Amino acid sequence: MDTQKQLDDFQKRIDNGETIEPKDWMPERYRKQLIRMMSQHAHSEIVGMLPEGNWITRAPSLKRKMVLLAKVQDEAGHGLYLYSGTETLGVRRKELIEDYIYGNAKYSSIFNYPTLSYADICVIGWLVDGAAIVNQTMLAKSSYGPYARANLRICKEESFHKKQGYEMLAKMASGTAEQKRMAQDAVNRWWWATLMMFGPHDSDSPNSAELIKWGVKTKTNDELRQHFVDRSVMEAEAIGITLPDPDLTYNEETGHWEFGDIPWDEFWSVVKGDGPMNRERIKSRRKAYEEGEWVRKAAAEYARKKKLVKAS
Amino acid sequence: MSTFDTIPQTKQEMLVEILLRLADDRLILGHRLSEWAGHGPELEEDLALANVALDMIGHASALYEYAARLENKPDEDHYAYFRDDIDFKNIALVELPKGDFAFTIAREFLFSSFSYFLYKELIETVEDEQFNGMLQKHFKEIKYHLRHSREWVLRHGDGTEESNRRIQDAFDELWMYTGEMFEMDEMSRIAAQNNLYVDVSNWKQEWKELINSTLEEATLTVPDYNQYMFSGARHGRHTEHLGFLLAQMQFLRRSYPDAEWK
Repeated sequence: MDTQKQLDDFQKRIDNGETIEPKDWMPERYRKQLIRMMSQHAHSEIVGMLPEGNWITRAPSLKRKMVLLAKVQDEAGHGLYLYSGTETLGVRRKELIEDYIYGNAKYSSIFNYPTLSYADICVIGWLVDGAAIVNQTMLAKSSYGPYARANLRICKEESFHKKQGYEMLAKMASGTAEQKRMAQDAVNRWWWATLMMFGPHDSDSPNSAELIKWGVKTKTNDELRQHFVDRSVMEAEAIGITLPDPDLTYNEETGHWEFGDIPWDEFWSVVKGDGPMNRERIKSRRKAYEEGEWVRKAAAEYARKKKLVKAS
Repeated sequence: MSTFDTIPQTKQEMLVEILLRLADDRLILGHRLSEWAGHGPELEEDLALANVALDMIGHASALYEYAARLENKPDEDHYAYFRDDIDFKNIALVELPKGDFAFTIAREFLFSSFSYFLYKELIETVEDEQFNGMLQKHFKEIKYHLRHSREWVLRHGDGTEESNRRIQDAFDELWMYTGEMFEMDEMSRIAAQNNLYVDVSNWKQEWKELINSTLEEATLTVPDYNQYMFSGARHGRHTEHLGFLLAQMQFLRRSYPDAEWK
């Protein structure tokens, strides 16, 4: 059991803005929360490769094909160092992966929606990566050192992805009638799901207070969401895209954009596994993992034989 | 010789033909490798395969871009998106479906070992500065592709019984498609005389030695070099697989040819 003194000392370090490193003492609950957050983040990067990978072979120019392939490759890289970061907390990558493939570990619900046209790729760059950046910029100041550093690195690459997505969407939004239609349709489908990425309202978010107390997060879900909406309204306007919310109004007093009700029923349903692509995404990941088993075994066996030869 | 082939008359026409042959091989294999994105056996390989795919599509794009300038075509996309399968000059080896990981590795090894010797020789031969510059740049990445695939051939062969069986099957299946790499048709011969290509038979033995020694180290059986070899893809006579690949790759761009997609 963690003693009160240990807990107090830990809290003091957090309040002083110190960074917690893997070998430092930490409350068991802090460790658990970080394992949960970091591995969910890692799973999201990996599952996120699927909806985007869906358009690599069909990308409409060689340049866009390479941009997309590089982006998906970046996501594999993010997944890899987030898993490595999580391993500093005393868990193994294999367990974490099996937790979401066979168990109940979550990943970002946004990836349970399909990418139906190439414009979806642009919108994922602009809105989904944009929302991720808002979240990760905050997490780059997280109290846990390895997580903060991972987020710092991820943010740099995500900013690049966002820029590429936004630029291409702008091109489509000012392109031919068909391109405009694809662009607007994609925004209409992704907008609300993106707002849900920040998680439930603060009043319904059981983990928030604790995470803020421990400096893992420094802003609440609603604060981050508001920041994202304010920014997105301007960005949409600049490229002639309409956000699908008739209630969007600017509040002169607060300086913020007020928005309509988020469809929370849909959010909870997707979180619980009933979204348009939940089953398919997990099935795909499970298939890759199981079909890769003999490859991983072969590599391990080969390494073992080489080690034996070296030892003798 | 296919229905639509003509032997290039000028040096520039020969150069374009060689650029397109090299580029088509790389684009199509890059496409097959890109199909792995998100489905690799482990994260490290998701990264590595995407990396190799990206290199290959990047090499193709640079070669097409140069061809487009020489031929006054709009850009590199012209070749990738607006030609039909009978126009594609890639060898059949690269268009076969992606198969399992062993098949992917065996193909990458056969192709990158061939590319390694080809580029090494081309760099010594090609006088065109732009072309040579590209070859030198791409050669560095080809060395990595060769190392990546060779290491995995060893892991497969000398790994488990299953991995050994799988990669042996892959080599056996792929073998009849290796012949096209070493074909010297009239076009290749003329291009070689003009220092735009090389006589590949000069180093076929060296290539064989690399293949033999690697397969031997991997405890695999080298298939018969003198078996039936597929032929014709360089001249537009492909397998049934290319049509589907192009249908997927080109559909969006061709559906809206007037739209800006870059």
